[in-house]
Amino acid sequence: MAHAHSADHSTAHAAPAGGHGEGVQHPIRIYLWIWLLLFVFSTFSYLVDFFQLQGYLRWTLIIIFMLLKAGFIVAIFMHMAWERLALKLAILVPPLALLVLVGLMAIEGDYTFLTRLQSFVHEVQKPSAHAGGHAAEQPAAEH
Amino acid sequence: MSHESSATLPAVPEGLKGVTSDWSADKQAFPVPWGKAMMWIFLLSDTFIFSCFLISYMNVRISTTAQWPNPSEVFSLTVFGTPVPLFLIAIMTMILITSSGTMAMAVNFGYRRDRKKTALLMFATALLGLSFVGMQAFEWSKLILDEGVRPWGNPMGAAQFGSAFFMITGFHGLHVSCGVIYLSVVAIRVLNGFYDRKGTYETVEVAGLYWHFVDLVWVFIFAFFYLW
Repeated sequence: MAHAHSADHSTAHAAPAGGHGEGVQHPIRIYLWIWLLLFVFSTFSYLVDFFQLQGYLRWTLIIIFMLLKAGFIVAIFMHMAWERLALKLAILVPPLALLVLVGLMAIEGDYTFLTRLQSFVHEVQKPSAHAGGHAAEQPAAEH
Repeated sequence: MSHESSATLPAVPEGLKGVTSDWSADKQAFPVPWGKAMMWIFLLSDTFIFSCFLISYMNVRISTTAQWPNPSEVFSLTVFGTPVPLFLIAIMTMILITSSGTMAMAVNFGYRRDRKKTALLMFATALLGLSFVGMQAFEWSKLILDEGVRPWGNPMGAAQFGSAFFMITGFHGLHVSCGVIYLSVVAIRVLNGFYDRKGTYETVEVAGLYWHFVDLVWVFIFAFFYLW
């Protein structure tokens, strides 16, 4: 049985080095730990909202907890930690291109926002100055 | 294939040299079962789809001049007379994490050829997924019927809130629903010994990859849509 088990494992991961065996050899404990960590990080990120932390502290904490959770899920639950580097690179590097898209769309969003603000204020200023001031206040509260 | 190459080559190099040797030769690039490689590539493409949704959500949220509805208030639920922010969402998050844990254990028992435990844990995973979809249906109907949120507008503020919400959570919910069906089919096959006859339980691991990915996407939706 133990032989069948280890043979199975090597076909599944097919890594020739012997060191990766722990992933399946003592796995239950690892999974339970990661499970617990995911619960803890989720609770933390929920508490960020519950205690209404705001500003840079909020965004930093949310992103840190998010990346930790994502990292543990991919590395341990999805077994990426035990795959060969070739597969890791093929799957994990392409999504980095998305960061460029995030940057572009953030710049574009800011530009659209400012253009809208400018044209809305320009339009409303003619009939009444009060309405124009109101339109400009709303987004300021959001940012 | 690996048997032949291990007979001619003494060792497969590690590190960056391993990457070039794996990628450059006229041979199978990834030494994993094909189902696993294909699932990873599918998940990579799915990553781009979900990213497009989340990035366009970011874009409309930056560019709108109207106030974005506060998710903390929109998704609060009154429990015993006091409104708790994001109560249902927190439960849904915990359920999905729990289901990821049971799935990881199922994969593990699959490789130990423990049919009953594997199938049981997979059914538990599917059941948790089903309850997640149920809660999402509850959340949607509350938002549509009670709060008056539509894809083209809502009483709380920026009109884009509805379209972003329905698109992102709807697509994720579709993935969970498909996953429930997928896991149930594989679990039934585990139970009737299909993978014992096939000689490998790698299908369970491949199904697990899909399920963990659904959980992974929720991590990002939770952070960017509900907490931001």
